[in-house]
Amino acid sequence: MEILYFAWVRERIGTGAETLDVPEDVATVAALLDWLATRSPGHAAAFADRSAIRVAVDQDFVGEAAPIIAAREIAIFPPVTGG
Amino acid sequence: MIDVRVQAEPIDFAAATQALTQGRSDVGAIVSFVGHVRADDGLVALTLEHYPAMTERQLQAIADEATTRWPLLGGVVIHRHGRMVPGEAIVLVAVTSAHRAAAFEAAAFLMDWLKTRAPFWKAEERGSERVWVAARASDDAAAERWKSN
Repeated sequence: MEILYFAWVRERIGTGAETLDVPEDVATVAALLDWLATRSPGHAAAFADRSAIRVAVDQDFVGEAAPIIAAREIAIFPPVTGG
Repeated sequence: MIDVRVQAEPIDFAAATQALTQGRSDVGAIVSFVGHVRADDGLVALTLEHYPAMTERQLQAIADEATTRWPLLGGVVIHRHGRMVPGEAIVLVAVTSAHRAAAFEAAAFLMDWLKTRAPFWKAEERGSERVWVAARASDDAAAERWKSN
């Protein structure tokens, strides 16, 4: 699974993209964030405040309860600030 | 029919808006909004990061929503990414309609939804410091008002 990071999430983790074999029991966005947070201190710091985290599965915004089974690309980022 | 572009290059306001009325006699109103970088509190530059695979798709979805809500004749949304200095334009929204109300409302709607739904992130440079801009509750409230329509 391709995981993308943007803005300060990317900076705290130290990379903009990772290709990971996500365990089968990690079935939702919430479970994915829990699992990713264990990967490094940078990941843990990025996901410490979950209220500041937004997620898109295959380029659609989703909530933490959304399933990730069959997802190809998951992007994780702070609330958007364009315009 | 609203043309959406994401680009690093400066926005050519005249060309973009002129194209909306060129050769047409049905356009009675054109409303445009251009967002510029302000030099607030010693700001030196803004850098906009975005999610390329999602940005244009998301902007097109927002534009399509505007065309279903209002009787628009055309429009253009141009959003820049990369580094910009105070005075430079970041975003252009322009829409045309037969009568002004639709164009005024659609332009405001496009900006409000774009600010809360398009995957862009601003980082502000002040001196040697670079800080990511936090999302504003007032932007969420502005986007929210279009939900009951």
